[in-house]
Amino acid sequence: MIQRFLPLIVTMMVLVVGFLLCAVQFPNFASLRVVGNLLTDNAFVGIAAAGMTFVILSGGIDLSVGAVIGFTTVLLAVLIEQAGLHPAVAFAVALAVATGFGAAMGAVIHWFQMPPFIVTLAGMFIARGVSFVLTTDSIPINHPLYSDLNDVAWRFAAGGRLSLPAMLMLGVFGLSMLLAHWTRFGANIYALGGNRHSAELMGVPVARTTVAVYALSGLLAGLAGIVFSLYTGAGYSLAATGVELDTITAVVIGGTQLTGGYGLVLGTFGGVLIQGLIQTYITFDGTMSSWWTKIAIGVLLFVFILLQKGLLAVWSDRGGEPAEA
Amino acid sequence: MTLSSSALRRNLPQCGALIAVLLANWLLFPDFFSIRVQDGRLFGSLIDVMNRGAPVALLAIGMTMVIATRGVDLSVGAVMAISGAIAATMTQAGWSLPPVLLVSLGAGLLCGLWNGVLVAVLRIQPIIATLILMVAGRGIAQLITEGQIVTFVSPGLAAIGSGAVLTVPTPVVLTAATLAVTALLVRATALGLMIESVGVNRLSSAYAGVNTPVILIAVYVWCGLCAAVAGLIVTADIRGADANNAGLWLELDAILAVVVGGTSLLGGRFGLLMSIVGAAIIQAMNTGILLSGFKPEFNLIVKAAVLMVVLLAQSPALSLLLPRPRSPANALPIAAKVTSNAPGKAHKEGSAQ
Repeated sequence: MIQRFLPLIVTMMVLVVGFLLCAVQFPNFASLRVVGNLLTDNAFVGIAAAGMTFVILSGGIDLSVGAVIGFTTVLLAVLIEQAGLHPAVAFAVALAVATGFGAAMGAVIHWFQMPPFIVTLAGMFIARGVSFVLTTDSIPINHPLYSDLNDVAWRFAAGGRLSLPAMLMLGVFGLSMLLAHWTRFGANIYALGGNRHSAELMGVPVARTTVAVYALSGLLAGLAGIVFSLYTGAGYSLAATGVELDTITAVVIGGTQLTGGYGLVLGTFGGVLIQGLIQTYITFDGTMSSWWTKIAIGVLLFVFILLQKGLLAVWSDRGGEPAEA
Repeated sequence: MTLSSSALRRNLPQCGALIAVLLANWLLFPDFFSIRVQDGRLFGSLIDVMNRGAPVALLAIGMTMVIATRGVDLSVGAVMAISGAIAATMTQAGWSLPPVLLVSLGAGLLCGLWNGVLVAVLRIQPIIATLILMVAGRGIAQLITEGQIVTFVSPGLAAIGSGAVLTVPTPVVLTAATLAVTALLVRATALGLMIESVGVNRLSSAYAGVNTPVILIAVYVWCGLCAAVAGLIVTADIRGADANNAGLWLELDAILAVVVGGTSLLGGRFGLLMSIVGAAIIQAMNTGILLSGFKPEFNLIVKAAVLMVVLLAQSPALSLLLPRPRSPANALPIAAKVTSNAPGKAHKEGSAQ
């Protein structure tokens, strides 16, 4: 049991210790306002990372999430500002398109036996390309519902607020944990990621699960796009470039194995917050340059991967020889 | 030889795609194939395709070797940024050309060594092992340039990007030389065979006496070196280093070029020349879209479409679906390929226990 939870425990300990270190250096750090902003600023990455967790657990990868987020913001801006649709309708359309896009990639991956890496890479090009074709400008969204939604927040007495994006992210992680750990679909994903062939022999509906996993990732990327468009109040075809990397990094720091079949959704939440924490620290410090964020995240990635290798070596019966990936 | 006929058959989609793209360019732009000499250097759209495509082609050479061992190197774009940043910063600080080149290439070698050690010694999955440098490398490049875009004045270094050797642009010469050296190393010796054997099965290669760690490290070092040369070309071309944007997303273009060239991501078989053809297809499309007056916004969609078509033409599933006259000799490798997928192997091991 401890084997399953140790990576999660380490991730959460790094998060807590990191937060305490920041709080010792900057007394204002340990406030609900900072925590609220941390959750709000990382909401869209978190929502997309939850979807990425499912894909990676199933043994795949989805490089298209950043492009789908960018595409969603553009689609929303075009639908609301140029076609005059109500934002609620536009949200529904965007979610449907993003889900369908993910499902199509899953179908190609399954039925044409093509590597997920390449199929989702093509998906990334298509999503970015279609956004470029729709518009290369940044379109501001001025619908009153946007400012109303941005005012929705749970205000704390001590200052600070839990905004709608932050609440959405917490909700997504709650539902994702339910889905991953307490449903048949979740069990199927773990089985598929553990060993596709034995999963098939055990009667796991491989085709349906593969398509559903990528559809779910698409749906959550679409939701992340909606959150991003609320957050920035605009649609821009270059928005969220490189977010697929941030989400993959968060999943790995969260203790999920990139080979699939092993990991926890809650760990990803920790991974997202650790990355956010590093950025917040650098903002607080004020003298450090932004490139230290990248170097720090790279070092963290390295440490976490080594740690997982070490854990595997200690517990594996085969004396630490991991299976050839 | 049966080998060459099957190789021809296998490479037909790529060669066909390249010819189709070039012909489409020619139809849209009748002067496409015309080449003239001006100021001691060749000019023309075709030369432009080769010149602009040189960095991706260089990356594709190194990437082909890595993918042949069933790996992937996501860090090449970041390595380009690092080598470019070093070259520009040192040149600006007054160093002469030889040490600048040595240190830049040395940095690429070190980056490759780091990746290789992670993959070969620590046995980290290549996609994550190189993800570390992909994330951190751009930070390191920014550290070197201190976040500035470093520009320099040095005719010697600039010549690498915009000069010409016997009227042929230097980037093309460098790419051709790298290709020749690589091909000689892997095809004139047993190295290529060993690389392929590591890609097919690392464990049994080790049992068969192949020094797998050395092969893997060598492959990643070579890939790092190719990336460093590509970084030098890009920096020399714009006479400056932009740590944020140099080589950005080029790792994806390089992987694309290799895969379009028919090298399987599952490792074990590679075609160096076909990877160059893949890079040429990508660049010819980019140039064609620019020449045709189409909006460059369509670039990515066309790229994705061609990628899907070439990949679908190679897909084992599709060739099983479509009734196609096949000789038993051809049918066998496909069947073998399907059953030799990793899960299948794991299953066989499982049932044997």
